[in-house]
Amino acid sequence: MRREKPQTIADYAPLLFPATMLIVFFVLPFGTMIAVSFFKRMQGGFYTPDFVFENYARFLSMFFAGVLGFSLMLAIVVAICCVVLALPFTYLLTRMTRRAQIAWLVALLSVLSLSEVIIGFAWSTLFSRTAGITNLFVTLGIMQHAKALTPSFGAVLMGMVYQAFPYTVLVLYPALVRLDPTLTEAARTLGASPLRAFFTVVVPSLRSTIIATLIMVFIFALGSYLLPQLLGRPQHWTLSVLITDQAIYQSNMPFAAAMAVFLVLVTLALVASTVLLGRKGEAA
Amino acid sequence: MSGLSIKDVTKQFGDFKAVRNVELTVPHGTFVCLLGPSGCGKTTLLRMIAGLDLPTSGAIELDGKDITNTPTHQRDLGVVFQSLALFPHLTVGENIAYPLRIRRRSKEEQKKRVDELLSMVHLRGYADRPVSKLSGGQRQRVAIARALSISPKLFLLDEPLSALDAKLREAMQVELRQLQQRLGITTIVVTHDQREAMTMADTVVVMNGGEIRQAASPIEIYRQPADSFVADFIGQTNLIEVEASGGKTTILGQPVAGLKLPANLTKATLSIRPEDVHLTAPRDGALAGTVTFLRDLGGTIETFVDVAGRQIVAVSTPRERPNVSVGDKVGISLTDKDCVVLKK
Repeated sequence: MRREKPQTIADYAPLLFPATMLIVFFVLPFGTMIAVSFFKRMQGGFYTPDFVFENYARFLSMFFAGVLGFSLMLAIVVAICCVVLALPFTYLLTRMTRRAQIAWLVALLSVLSLSEVIIGFAWSTLFSRTAGITNLFVTLGIMQHAKALTPSFGAVLMGMVYQAFPYTVLVLYPALVRLDPTLTEAARTLGASPLRAFFTVVVPSLRSTIIATLIMVFIFALGSYLLPQLLGRPQHWTLSVLITDQAIYQSNMPFAAAMAVFLVLVTLALVASTVLLGRKGEAA
Repeated sequence: MSGLSIKDVTKQFGDFKAVRNVELTVPHGTFVCLLGPSGCGKTTLLRMIAGLDLPTSGAIELDGKDITNTPTHQRDLGVVFQSLALFPHLTVGENIAYPLRIRRRSKEEQKKRVDELLSMVHLRGYADRPVSKLSGGQRQRVAIARALSISPKLFLLDEPLSALDAKLREAMQVELRQLQQRLGITTIVVTHDQREAMTMADTVVVMNGGEIRQAASPIEIYRQPADSFVADFIGQTNLIEVEASGGKTTILGQPVAGLKLPANLTKATLSIRPEDVHLTAPRDGALAGTVTFLRDLGGTIETFVDVAGRQIVAVSTPRERPNVSVGDKVGISLTDKDCVVLKK
């Protein structure tokens, strides 16, 4: 099919609907947020239009910068864990029979239908001392006494990986299905064991897919604010938790907005540098 | 014994037997073509030799060693797949060096070998190109070079030339055969193209329904087909039933002279190549028929003759142009040396 460039203004008409939706539901609210982030806060939860930097100045204090660092680190670790686990899993999944694949995909989709709250409480029960999995270990003789595994960083990580894993599989699945299975067979005939074939052929030829998936899971994990509260200690709280706290409980809209804007900017910078790095690697 | 031997190998997928009781020996340094229609089991047989599928029963031996259950990557093979399966993330040179890299050979050795192989397949100077920038014929050559980079014990090719256009395919057939003879490497090619098999092979193995129907040199397959399937599959042929009783031979209800069946046979099928069908004036002892169509292709002339409702095709060169036209009554003389008697 040949595509012609739009000639007249009327040719752009099909863009009108998506453009309107984007402006009304994304650009305007985001613009408002940027504006609010420069407003001055009044006593009693109100704010007046102004142009001050005190919200950003307050954010740059060590405490909030530390939280930002932790949030980014957590999201990166979650993204790496998810991709490391999901890549071999999805690869093996695509080599199963059609029926087995459908069964697995339905199971994964049903995990997606669970709300974050249910996932959080389910894991906090599983990690508890009284009813948790450690009781199982005690019965099996692996552990001496049942103990609580939550709140802890491991519990937060586990919950978030669990939540993001189905997304990761669903994003990787189409690319892996399309991967020519004779590529691995060729690698094996040329002397690579199945494991080496996976690392020398499957992983490198999926390079851009893997980078895209890392970014997606990273952003997904960055927005999580319930699981860190349910499964972690206050030092495991992410910036999203603090934003929610400031916006809803402290009624400090301008400061919440400033944090949100900062989070968006840092995220964009990270994503852009990852994409650039990926492109550079491809050219080399 | 040096070479490959396949002993009573059967492969079953569920209830379906893809390969049945195949026996085959490939002496070291020979070129074998597995030839047959699609679904005849030839690719499955090749995949078992490569170790990509395991036989349900039977054994495969290479140089006297049982390799039936040896994993693919320990067999020292070179395989060219139908899809070529070049690694898209590697350059031409990296693709060819892949088997050496896996075997942890030194960088200098890899580079030297890549240069050797590239000049062997006439692609000198292409080492740094991405494979996506190559034409079909060039990819083909890269796949061959990659398969040969470790000097494998067995060189296996699955329909290697099917993606190329007719002219390039013919040229590559000759080139592949010359390369194989120069390297003296044991080679097995799967193909459904009988011209390709005739061009390249020392031994043609004709398969159908998972079984080997005949394994012999190309000319023997052509001149002495083992059964009507082989006769029909290899080249063009006329298959006609023949009956013999009391020293007389009849074809399609007409008595013929000059043709005798072996003493113990009363019924058989004759295979007569079109170039062996000699048209004469109608006479006693020759099959009587009517010319229904003439196809003059320049290089050859095909004459279609109707004999009692059956069509027999004769092919002649322009030098021996038969002096007939559509509607003429003609005779077809048959002699023992022109026909192959196929047992029913």
